[in-house]
Amino acid sequence: MLRWIVWRDLMLAWRRRSDMLSTVFFFVIVVSLFPLGIGPETQLLRSIAPGVVWVAALLASMLSLGRLFANDYQDGTLEQLLLTPQPLYLVVFGKVLAHWIIAELPLVLIAPLVGVQFDLGRETLSVLFVSLLVGTPVLSLIGSVGAALTLGLRGGGVLISILILPLYIPALIFGAGAVEASILGVSSAPHLYLLGAFAIVSLLFAPWAASAALRISLE
Amino acid sequence: MAPCSLAPGISLQYGAEDERNILEVSKLGCVRGDRRLFSGLDLSLPPGTFVQLTGPNGSGKTSLLRILCGLLAPAEGQVSWQGANIRSLAEDYFTAVTYLGHRPGVKDELSALENLRISNALNGVEVSQDDALAALGRMGLAGRESLPARFLSEGQRRRVALARLLVCKTRLWLLDEVMTSLDKGAVALVRSLIEEHLNRGGIAIVATHQELELSAGVTKRLELTT
Repeated sequence: MLRWIVWRDLMLAWRRRSDMLSTVFFFVIVVSLFPLGIGPETQLLRSIAPGVVWVAALLASMLSLGRLFANDYQDGTLEQLLLTPQPLYLVVFGKVLAHWIIAELPLVLIAPLVGVQFDLGRETLSVLFVSLLVGTPVLSLIGSVGAALTLGLRGGGVLISILILPLYIPALIFGAGAVEASILGVSSAPHLYLLGAFAIVSLLFAPWAASAALRISLE
Repeated sequence: MAPCSLAPGISLQYGAEDERNILEVSKLGCVRGDRRLFSGLDLSLPPGTFVQLTGPNGSGKTSLLRILCGLLAPAEGQVSWQGANIRSLAEDYFTAVTYLGHRPGVKDELSALENLRISNALNGVEVSQDDALAALGRMGLAGRESLPARFLSEGQRRRVALARLLVCKTRLWLLDEVMTSLDKGAVALVRSLIEEHLNRGGIAIVATHQELELSAGVTKRLELTT
């Protein structure tokens, strides 16, 4: 059943590719504005790179989170998903997994490329890639709770940022911290472990909280 | 509100133990906002019953159907399916129910065929391509099966949603104003679908303003008042 939900969402995203591409372009442009604005000061660029890339990833995921449940809510398919004979937890997990593949994975893949603009070394770029790979599931998972809570509200886009961005702070600190550690030449493993632990905790709680929020939103 | 009496026994395909009321509603009350829509609603429905739910706008028809399918928690009272509270049955109850609401639940980006097959797969019923095509054909969508649903008219989209009734194997149908934007032919089709469903021992509860004269099963009328 899980694969049907993931497959359905992937197919819907493929049919509306522009939505997916806009998130990626947003990420690439925001990250690229900094080197263009600051100029060729490699020392400064290197030190701001981890924060800039991670903040851009957080903001880019904000763009796509609004659509996580809203489209299904509008055409009535979300009601039908709630009435399927499987735990809502699984349905939400499937949708979050699809969201990660659609909205976050492209960012993870393109981040090493845009990171080159900040004069990062090859090793740092690979740490950046790994930190995003471990950290972006947190963004989708925690974001799903916010998306479920703000479903059907006017101005939900702003509200979701206010609700969710503070919860992203641990992911931001450890994710950017891992890259920074690599720039300073120390081990980035502790940061990555903590980031991984945070991802596991959110994997346990976020789908459950999002299901509860969805039930409330649809009453 | 009008408490419904037991309907007389009817011939069934199901076993004897199925002859009792499989859907029972007791002392159901619903509050939306600070308004009480209805209270003390009792219903006992044996297999093969058709309930026509009527009432003016805002009298709680949709709320009642949403309570019956488990989307909405009742303010008081309970709904039992085969003797068990639907709140405790949770997901198991959904294998027995098909709910079609105001919004058709049809994805614009998917074709009619994909919509039908995916929504059924998510409900645990995998429909073969041929069965799905046959169902859509019967709903009058032959030749439009692979057109994205955004190119279909409102009535055709409604027909895609109704095609689910042909392939699902659920016993309780809850249909909320599904006749809107349907032409005469489609309304007749819906009527015959419900008749077949009742003959199989199913239950259908339909909120509608149109009179549906059925030649099968037992028809009850439940009128909600404001």
